[in-house]
Amino acid sequence: MAIAEKRLILKNIDVAGYTNDIECYIKNGGYEVLRKAIAMKPQEIVAEVKASGLRGRGGAGFPTKNTKPVYLICNADESEPGTFKDRQIIHKDPHQLIEGMIISCFANNVKLAYLYIRGEFPEGARILERACDEARQKNLLGKNILGTGYDLEIYIHRGAGAYICGEETGLIESLEGKRAYPRIKPPYFPAVLGLYMSPTIVNNVETLCNVIHVLQMGGANFSKLGKPNNTGTRVLCVSGDVVKPGYYEFEVGALTLGQLIYDVCGGIRDGKKIKAIIPGGSSAKVLKAGEIYKIKQKQADGSMADVEMRLEDIPMDFDTMAAIGSMAGSGGVIVMDETRSMPECLANLSEFYAHESCGQCTPCREGSLWMKKLTSRIRDGKASANDVGVLKNVADNIAGRTICAFGEACSWPVQSFVTKFKDEFETVAGNGAKK
Amino acid sequence: MSCEVKISKEFEAKVDEVITHYPVSKRSASLPLLHLWQEQFGYVSNQAVEWIAAKLDLQPINVYELVTFYPMFRQHPAGKIQFKVCRTLSCALAGGYELFDHLKTNCKIEGDGHHGPAVSADGKYSIEFVECLASCGTGPVLMVNEDFYENVSNDKANELVKKYG
Amino acid sequence: MSCACKNPFNHDVPVENTPMVNVQIDGEWVQVPKGMNVVAAAERFQKHIPHYCYHPKLSVVGNCRMCLIEMGTPKMDANRQPILAADGKPEIAWMPRPQIGCATQVSEGMGIRTESPLVQECRKGVMEFLLINHPLDCPICDQAGECKLQEYSFEHGQANSRFTEEKVKKPKNVDIGERIVLDDERCVMCSRCIRFSKEFVKDDVLGFTERGSHTTLTVYPGKRFDNNYSLNTVDICPVGALTSKDFRFKMRVWFLKETKSICTGCATGCNVLIGSREKEVHRLTPRENEEVNSLWMCDSGRLGFHHIHDENRLTTPLVNGEKSDWSTAMSKLAHQLKNFQSNQIAIIASARMTNEELYLLSELRKSLGGDSILSDIVGRTGDADNILRNADKNPNTKGAQLFGFANNGKLKEIQAGLTNGSIQALLIFNESAAEAGLSLEALKNVPLVVNVGMRLNGAAHFNFPSASFAEKRGTLINFQNRLQRLNRAIPTPGQSRDDWEIIRDIKAAIGGGNGIHSVEELFKAMASSVPAFKDLTLGKVGDLGVVLNLG
Repeated sequence: MAIAEKRLILKNIDVAGYTNDIECYIKNGGYEVLRKAIAMKPQEIVAEVKASGLRGRGGAGFPTKNTKPVYLICNADESEPGTFKDRQIIHKDPHQLIEGMIISCFANNVKLAYLYIRGEFPEGARILERACDEARQKNLLGKNILGTGYDLEIYIHRGAGAYICGEETGLIESLEGKRAYPRIKPPYFPAVLGLYMSPTIVNNVETLCNVIHVLQMGGANFSKLGKPNNTGTRVLCVSGDVVKPGYYEFEVGALTLGQLIYDVCGGIRDGKKIKAIIPGGSSAKVLKAGEIYKIKQKQADGSMADVEMRLEDIPMDFDTMAAIGSMAGSGGVIVMDETRSMPECLANLSEFYAHESCGQCTPCREGSLWMKKLTSRIRDGKASANDVGVLKNVADNIAGRTICAFGEACSWPVQSFVTKFKDEFETVAGNGAKK
Repeated sequence: MSCEVKISKEFEAKVDEVITHYPVSKRSASLPLLHLWQEQFGYVSNQAVEWIAAKLDLQPINVYELVTFYPMFRQHPAGKIQFKVCRTLSCALAGGYELFDHLKTNCKIEGDGHHGPAVSADGKYSIEFVECLASCGTGPVLMVNEDFYENVSNDKANELVKKYG
Repeated sequence: MSCACKNPFNHDVPVENTPMVNVQIDGEWVQVPKGMNVVAAAERFQKHIPHYCYHPKLSVVGNCRMCLIEMGTPKMDANRQPILAADGKPEIAWMPRPQIGCATQVSEGMGIRTESPLVQECRKGVMEFLLINHPLDCPICDQAGECKLQEYSFEHGQANSRFTEEKVKKPKNVDIGERIVLDDERCVMCSRCIRFSKEFVKDDVLGFTERGSHTTLTVYPGKRFDNNYSLNTVDICPVGALTSKDFRFKMRVWFLKETKSICTGCATGCNVLIGSREKEVHRLTPRENEEVNSLWMCDSGRLGFHHIHDENRLTTPLVNGEKSDWSTAMSKLAHQLKNFQSNQIAIIASARMTNEELYLLSELRKSLGGDSILSDIVGRTGDADNILRNADKNPNTKGAQLFGFANNGKLKEIQAGLTNGSIQALLIFNESAAEAGLSLEALKNVPLVVNVGMRLNGAAHFNFPSASFAEKRGTLINFQNRLQRLNRAIPTPGQSRDDWEIIRDIKAAIGGGNGIHSVEELFKAMASSVPAFKDLTLGKVGDLGVVLNLG
């Protein structure tokens, strides 16, 4: 049985005849929510968003913060391998993002906002520039928006190929024209000491788009979507060895990993079996086919009980993913079939992290390259079982000991791959991965 | 510097407009200016670094630090036709490495192209591996100059070589 | 009185009236100024938390991860009151993740563990990471002996390396400045040098290029790291990445004797350590004095000692150009001096002389006729840099004023008197004729010229070799009226003698023996006759000096 998608953010994406210009957006009800919002008191908007239980989407799922910000930054530097929803929104429905940003800025009385888009999207940047121009022409952006006296400027700012800019304080440093070295927290929490050392809201594309839908539905109604504490919808991006890879939007937790892969994505290519799944972007700990997870679950009578769960039965929500030792992360699901070499997959990811480490903290700077070298050697069969142990220990010495979460991001794949596929790693280490 | 480029009024006007986007700190315009320069002149030379630093009241080292940190900035010219093939996991699973090798052979490019362009002898083509281009569901993907292509089979790659060549 | 220079930060010096908080460090409750970072706080109790990037005077970046500690905050009850343990102290809820000490500020009831198994494991891990791409070239590294990699590796590292990969190659022997050589393979990317130059000197010239494990410290191509404070980065570089061209390969640091003294390059009087071995000074390094130079000194001051080993230095007493011995020379001088009336005698003193020397010289002036004797110093002004360099390039102008030798304009009268013949005898101390504005031609017609100093005065009838700043004891008064001590690091060469002894003996030879046999005695005599030094002894001046009330 196919589970029905609940398209809010992807509402207009890939709809026949839908174009990314403002006329088309307005024809389909675009900027109506903005008109409604600017008639509201800013604090009423904030209250609705709070009531919605909307979580910051993209990496770690922090609750939306309640501060007096000076700047708003849209983090459109989504670079987590396996995640590709932003490209769709930016290319195909840019005004949704711009409207979400304008509403969020209005709600917080922010007068200057930056949209930091990853450098690899030159076309996306041009589309967004045009969208802003169109919005300015319609007096939806700029001076005295819709006659309210409220002024707002949004500027599109292009990154230049650094994954670390997805980390919000790295992004802020980058936006200040520096190397994207994440800041130490405390004291440099963006909500307190953000851009130019002023309180700053940093939200990702999905969250900012969601603000529109929260206001359209009302916070209370929105909070009924999904699960308590995991409200709303989630765009899941599936790639790898499935029949129908792609992006799909569901209520949070509405379907299981098994349903996603088999019912939505048509199962594994060529009738093969699953070997491993990375459930929330490349940094999430890998899940192994056949694994049984013990998690605490609330029962009908309100009591908590230990429940055993197969990999396929795991609901796609934040809390369950955390409970089984991984994370829902960015919503990027990478599926690897039974023919895939785990050392080869890990070597690929470790090369990514070695390339992307900003180099600020000792453990990550030195460890990420060491892990790349170890995983490459293991992949090539020029290593020993002992090297597999060293690899795991190197990862252990990075995670939790760096300024930003990149330390975990580069270590978790190593720790989980090596632990769960230990035999394969040890065998391959001496013999090489079979092609 | 042997090959200084001449900076046009139009270019400078564009630069000055971009700087107005950052009323709090001109330094923020560093990346946008580097992009503008590279689009205009092909790569970021020492002249670029010094010109941008002067424009933004910075020291050259401040700009140089960025050029070498952000991989999209080149300090040397790339080919006239630049292939950037995604290297990361989902594309690799979909054949990104094979695509890379195919293009390399097809365009007669030596060099490994891991993060930094390898240029063909005639300077016409360059190829490099880049990290995730964020279209993991349609791998393998690549960019030719600033244009993006997905589900790139070897045949499609051949067509692209022809189209741009 | 505050520091002569302005530090960008002073993490180790709490602002006045900072309240104290109770903090548990390794199980013991102690009191620490609120908000102080954990590294600085622990240091107060002789607990050294190893670190590379943290520096008390620079911004906190928290990148080396060597100062990871365990930290906890008091457990709170429902009313937000701390839950107390049986001993009446708050119970601590420990955080599962280690925190960096440098960026953790102490607060009431905080718990800190600096030696726990987790902390040890973290340090071991960081040490391993720091060494995997390090060239391990300690036998040829100039930092050996004062290298934090060596030091912490010994304490927290492991004997064997698990790293079997190829190391990252980086530039070596990079000539980044007039006085500095960089070895990028030894660099641990702590960024202290970058921050120092940018934050303290306001010379934003150093930076990192590339990223990740390939991160490389550099200057922009064609630019030079040449500011007058560049050598301080050699001091604060925790490893052998930045070394001093002047000092490298000259001497293993463990052979150096360190003597606390004062830089005599200007009126700031930066506190220094003179690093010497046997008869030779090999380097000066700044010595911490928060009231004067904090932890720094300028390069010109630091390298200003080489003249003391000048091969042309005067080391034998000369009479009319002939080698002599001290007693013969002294009696000859005494004999000649008697030929002159006091108004025919002039003294050119130096504001480089110590107070003790100036005091004795003022006594000598009294014996020779007191106020009728023209005397002055040679003023030396230059540019102040608003960091540490004072416009007054003499180290003891205040002392010279105190003893009546800084007589603005008298030098001109002396010059004129020497030319017109009204001055027949000139005593010149620690100044060259040229710097005093006197040509050797002009001096040739003067019947008696006495030169006390390190250099030969070709026109002098008497040349008395004296001591350099590194060879003598005594005090100087800096521009803040701070009285500070010079100390002897090396012996005077050849027959050279301490200046005060020479002055004393001249005075004794003309019939005014005073029985002073040590600098202590001399200081005592000076203190009893000069109100500014009342109740002071050399001991009381201490290593950091005292501020005088000069009215």
